[in-house]
Amino acid sequence: MTSYRGTPPWLLAPAAVAFLLIVVPLLALAARVPWPRFGELITAPSAVAALTLSVATASISALLCLLFGTPVALLLARDAVPGRRLLRSLILVPLVLPPVVGGLALLYSLGRRGIVGQGLEALGITVAFTSVAVVLAQTFVSLPFYIVSLEGSLRSTGTRYEAVAATLGASPTRVLARVTLPLVLPGIASAGVLAFARALGEFGATITFAGSLEGVTRTLPLEIYLQREVDPDAAAALALVLVVVAVAVVALTSGPLRRGLRSYR
Amino acid sequence: MRRSFSALAVIGAALVTLTGCSAPASTEETPAASPTASESTLSGTVTVFAAASLTDVFGQIADEFMAANPGTDIAFSFGGSSDLVSQLIEGAPADVFASADQNNMAKAVEGGVIAGEPELFASNTLSIVVPAGNPAGVEDFADLAGEGVRVVVCAPQVPCGAATEKVEAETGVALAPVSEEQSVTDVLAKVSSGEADAGLVYVTDVKRAGDAVEGIAFDASAAAVNLYPIAVTRGAADPETAAAFVAFVLGDTGQRLLAAAGFGAAP
Repeated sequence: MTSYRGTPPWLLAPAAVAFLLIVVPLLALAARVPWPRFGELITAPSAVAALTLSVATASISALLCLLFGTPVALLLARDAVPGRRLLRSLILVPLVLPPVVGGLALLYSLGRRGIVGQGLEALGITVAFTSVAVVLAQTFVSLPFYIVSLEGSLRSTGTRYEAVAATLGASPTRVLARVTLPLVLPGIASAGVLAFARALGEFGATITFAGSLEGVTRTLPLEIYLQREVDPDAAAALALVLVVVAVAVVALTSGPLRRGLRSYR
Repeated sequence: MRRSFSALAVIGAALVTLTGCSAPASTEETPAASPTASESTLSGTVTVFAAASLTDVFGQIADEFMAANPGTDIAFSFGGSSDLVSQLIEGAPADVFASADQNNMAKAVEGGVIAGEPELFASNTLSIVVPAGNPAGVEDFADLAGEGVRVVVCAPQVPCGAATEKVEAETGVALAPVSEEQSVTDVLAKVSSGEADAGLVYVTDVKRAGDAVEGIAFDASAAAVNLYPIAVTRGAADPETAAAFVAFVLGDTGQRLLAAAGFGAAP
């Protein structure tokens, strides 16, 4: 079966506009980087601290999405919960919320005077101004991406094999472990990469909720924003690092992993 | 097909919005008072780029200026001083620039966007700020280094953070802040929400923040006085009216309103 490739030629014009809108600013950014100082700028202690913190917190956030987001995606995709539409709308809220507002919402719930935070404070647990706050802010903004992406994969995979396994006497847990999850593994991988990338770029919720201290809460986006005050060239260099890390992660993890998993399937 | 058309409509709407932004918003037509002999013949719109800490007081000064000079209009863009400098150097159309520190004005002068010599028009000093009720019982600068006191300051890269470092050096008190924020506004937000026990901001910020916070003056703040320079830009569309506004800020009315907002006089 050959697929239909006859797109109308006039589509090229608006497509080119979209492409240029994304690519031109990235090229302009690369053009601003002071290349002779590039190595020195990105290996400065504050830059290394920020990059390390960013990669660590974004990894943990992606992992949390995996642990807590996968069940949500499964329940939503398999129509297993009442009020699914309302539930999905609520889960999607952080997607459209300005991140700063997300940060405020986190502050009002988990901050020192927040409805949950007050209780935690009484137990001697402080969230604000710690790396935990960074992870929470990142997870808050990346969970919807993870859930929506994985729910899409689950729906397109269908339930044929699961139904067969069930008629052969497999328990729901066994079906999940032996059929559903292996089938949707590529979807989990790409949703996880998406969540990681979103967490890596998180800025608004972090600066509102977690604060900004080197090595503790100052992630790469916050470091870029701060460097811009004194050394815009350094900010451009760090921004490029962030772009490269994001592109590398998406290209390296997503492509080969998905292809590999597909051939395995 | 229909989808592409609605996408085009969105782009179109966005373009309209964007171009709409660049047109100066003409506000406040002052009722035409009969011009007296002392009344100047100034007219036109002056766009002022001013530090965020000047938001309220410059609004008041502009109202007075427009009342005294019917036919003129003052438009503002308020922001962090360093942001404003970058925008100026990148070609943003402004007629007057008022910075919260001399460092950023120097950058603007170096960038070749300032006409003539900048003039100092106000000063500002640091103040301790605590949440209403002062839960950590902070009384002086030394208390900020106390056990279990969560202090938030500005990062050394921004003017308020540089001033904080000077005070630390002067007093010999080394702070261990839980966060080094981007701006005084961020510090103030962390304190007024009760996340932090204390912060360091400018006297005028405490005044603007209202009842959620209390200000605590301290002697060593004299070690770091921030001076505010103002200047007409090189690209000013109407240098005469722009210079008149600068003179108005430096004049009696401007200085009176600045003092009422908590600013100190320029040396």
